[in-house]
Amino acid sequence: MKRGPSAFNIASVVLGLAFLYAPIVILVIYSFNASRLVTVWGGFSTRWYTALFQDAQMLDAVWVTLRVGVLSATLATVLGTLAAVALVRGGFRGRTALAGGIYATLVMPEVILGLSLLLLFVAAGLPRGFWTVTLSHATLTLAYATVVVQARLATFDRHLEEAAQDLGCPPWKAFALVTLPGIAPAVAAAWMLAFTLSLDDLVIASFTSGPGATTLPMRLYSQVRLGVDPKINAVSTLLIGLVATGVIAAYLVQQRRRSTR
Amino acid sequence: MTDRAQHRPQIGGIRSSFAPWEDPAARPLVRFDGVSKAFGDTVAVTGVDLSIYEGEFFALLGPSGCGKTTLMRMLAGFETPDGGRLMLEGRDIQADPPHRRPVHMMFQAYALFPHLSVAQNIAFGLRRQGLPKAQIAARVEEMLALVKLEGLGKRRPDQLSGGQKQRVALARAIAPRPRILLLDEPMAALDKKLREETQFELMTLQQTLGMTFMIVTHDQDEAMVVADRIAVMREGRIAQVGRPAEVYETPVDRYVAGFIGDVNLFEGKVAATNGPILRLQSDDGVFDAEGAAAVGDHVWLAVRPEKIAVYPEAPGGPRNLLAGKILDYGYLGDWTTYLVEIAPGRTIRAARANATRVVDRPLGCGDPVWLSFAPSSAVVLTK
Ligand SMILES: Nc1ncnc2c1ncn2[C@@H]1O[C@H](COP(=O)(O)OP(=O)(O)O)[C@@H](O)[C@H]1O
Ligand SMILES: [Mg+2]
Repeated sequence: MKRGPSAFNIASVVLGLAFLYAPIVILVIYSFNASRLVTVWGGFSTRWYTALFQDAQMLDAVWVTLRVGVLSATLATVLGTLAAVALVRGGFRGRTALAGGIYATLVMPEVILGLSLLLLFVAAGLPRGFWTVTLSHATLTLAYATVVVQARLATFDRHLEEAAQDLGCPPWKAFALVTLPGIAPAVAAAWMLAFTLSLDDLVIASFTSGPGATTLPMRLYSQVRLGVDPKINAVSTLLIGLVATGVIAAYLVQQRRRSTR
Repeated sequence: MTDRAQHRPQIGGIRSSFAPWEDPAARPLVRFDGVSKAFGDTVAVTGVDLSIYEGEFFALLGPSGCGKTTLMRMLAGFETPDGGRLMLEGRDIQADPPHRRPVHMMFQAYALFPHLSVAQNIAFGLRRQGLPKAQIAARVEEMLALVKLEGLGKRRPDQLSGGQKQRVALARAIAPRPRILLLDEPMAALDKKLREETQFELMTLQQTLGMTFMIVTHDQDEAMVVADRIAVMREGRIAQVGRPAEVYETPVDRYVAGFIGDVNLFEGKVAATNGPILRLQSDDGVFDAEGAAAVGDHVWLAVRPEKIAVYPEAPGGPRNLLAGKILDYGYLGDWTTYLVEIAPGRTIRAARANATRVVDRPLGCGDPVWLSFAPSSAVVLTK
């Protein structure tokens, strides 16, 4: 005998989804609002998108954010992958200490991380701007990237690397030719995660950015304080679209891999 | 190479013309010289001396955990010996990393590269050698034909059966023509029938290629069938090295005797000696056996079940006679094995070939029987 879902099940799913997505759905709907008033529906329009593409400051912030995101995610993924290899494969002393050092940033309050980075940059005499945000974001996301890659690497059959070495690959080449293709989905996922984290970071960016390198979250935040401009809805919708596309693409890639095996 | 291959019949255990280990002038291809290896407190391999010769099919046999894989991995370069020397063609290879050793390994779980096709897997080692593309393609085809996988080059490893994966792993390891091929329990994952077929194919392949094979196994039957020589290992040491027949017929101690095949042991003291014959005084009776031991020595006689004759009636004449009754028997078609109780709680295994079809009086459980063995059939063991 098979029972359908109970009323309680249905209610909890609906409530849960509503809790997660209602704000986003409302934001997306209102980005197509013809009215300037955020709370009043004035018919369908794409005028805020048009306005957005004429707002040089906003576009500049988007551009900065994307560059920071791509660069910092790439840096964090490369370093995180190396750290994961060291943690999983390395048989050296102090491995636990290294792991602890990396994971500590996961639980470190962002305010403290941002402040300490700021102090570091000031002490080092680095002018704050694009590169300091990028580096800071790499610092922030490194631990996440490491965790994602490490989880996959831990279950990766070590004999495959040995087989590659046995057949004539020096260790680095065995890694590149055999391990990396095997953990590629995890590396891609780590990159996506790092990119997303960088995209929506406000705290660290506020501490470590400087003139000329205002990220989108910083711009949005400062604008909202002056009153909500529907352009914000438009740019947010675009961002959501971008992230969703990335996530769905990553999911599809994983599915295809799974179905071919 | 070819004339030797012609001289060697198919069954490993009875190739007799091939015995470079008996030639003092022969130079071994691989030599382990007092090699030891420990992992923390676990001693995996200790004081192993071993010589393996060009063209040999060598088996490392021992129970799980006795250090076989560790010994093999040291030769491949994945473990560094704590002590001793490891020579390949007379050269110390200790400092060579795995990718510089002309030694290839077939891994226990095959370790096929999942993201590469069968052909790419086989080509992997060839590409590392920098062979021209056309030559690689030709060699891959040759290998596919050799392991009977023609037409499957485009498949992925996960689209293959267990037996096919095993063949791909084999082809991948032999394609770059290593000086010695190491096979770690290559047939452990196959079912019994496939395993027997594969054993014969391996032997044929080894002879066709004239390549040196070193196989690790815990299956004594497998080692007996395929190998020119067997090294029996025990707790990190080599207990005995020899042809399958030597190891079976003249084991050096009770461990080897019991590990290879069934054996009956009679424990006691040497009561007297008369030339090559000694007389053993044991709890089971007095037995004569051929062997070297001094009066008063504590020894064991090891007698294989098939060397014990079974009589339904008391025979007159033979020495080493034991009386008992059948506790259990197993009819195996060609053989019948008997479990005979000669004293309360003391049983002996005997086996009899069913040479004639008509049995006047078949023996059954509870029947009284008499057992005997020739003095030359017993092996005298001192440990
Ligand atoms: N990498 C390792 N770390 C620690 N102990 C090991 C390692 N490899 C093998 N051993 C130990 O060494 C002994 C021999 O192992 P192994 O060579 O795999 O035996 P076999 O192949 O005969 O089953 C075992 O006790 C095993 O637990
Ligand atoms: Mg093993």
